[in-house]
Amino acid sequence: MQLWEVKEILEAELLWEPIDLQLEIEMAEAADLMSDVLNRRLGCDLLITGLVNSQVIRTAEMADIKAIAFVRGKMPDQEAITLAKSKGIPLLTTKLLMYEACARLAMKGLTGSSGTI
Amino acid sequence: MEGKVLEWDYEIEGKDFRNAGKVSSKVKEILKELGFDPDFVRRVAIASYEAEMNVVCHAEKGALHFAILPAALRIVVKDKGPGIPDIELAMQEGYSTAPLEIREMGFGAGMGLPNIKKNTDELNIVSTVGQGTMVEMVIRSPLSREGSE
Repeated sequence: MQLWEVKEILEAELLWEPIDLQLEIEMAEAADLMSDVLNRRLGCDLLITGLVNSQVIRTAEMADIKAIAFVRGKMPDQEAITLAKSKGIPLLTTKLLMYEACARLAMKGLTGSSGTI
Repeated sequence: MEGKVLEWDYEIEGKDFRNAGKVSSKVKEILKELGFDPDFVRRVAIASYEAEMNVVCHAEKGALHFAILPAALRIVVKDKGPGIPDIELAMQEGYSTAPLEIREMGFGAGMGLPNIKKNTDELNIVSTVGQGTMVEMVIRSPLSREGSE
């Protein structure tokens, strides 16, 4: 699926623009523990998280994650947004809870990074 | 370039959460610019970032030395800090001495050193309680890994 579809499914807002809405998102994962994200052998394209500090952006940068979706309507601070922009990592925010966000994306066919769904 | 060692040195400030990750970001940028394999770059970046976060979270200050050797990459992170009393225990997944503020940032769950081990080919840790810790990581490039396996 492409990033615009993720945005629609999650009824999300973009936190900085312009971004490439045609960005291919093939695998996603959800975590609030950044060390769990860094522990994955395989890469993933979309990180769904409830954490909003700059270390989330750094984690995405190190792990080659293409985009981040924040759940529960959470907003990172301007510093984190500026960092994401400088690294070219699109940020979305949705009012959905983490489970609902994951379930919606999975039901539309987005797979997890371990390949079991 | 054969046989030539390229090296860089960076300072890491303890408790400077605002800039935490900046050094590993530079390491990653250099490797990307030099055209290394993306999976290799990701492994190096993750190991470097976890080591950098350990300094920021636990130490007063530290330094990262990063060298591209002919068949591998070596990163040495040294810090002035509390040291690790039991390295074997610190290597276990889930063991952590991190305070709450670090856990709130998504770290400090006892995954740092295990994550470093997972992404490196050699890991040496020397620590003196009350003085500091030295973490040496060697990551072999994909070509030399193929040759050695």
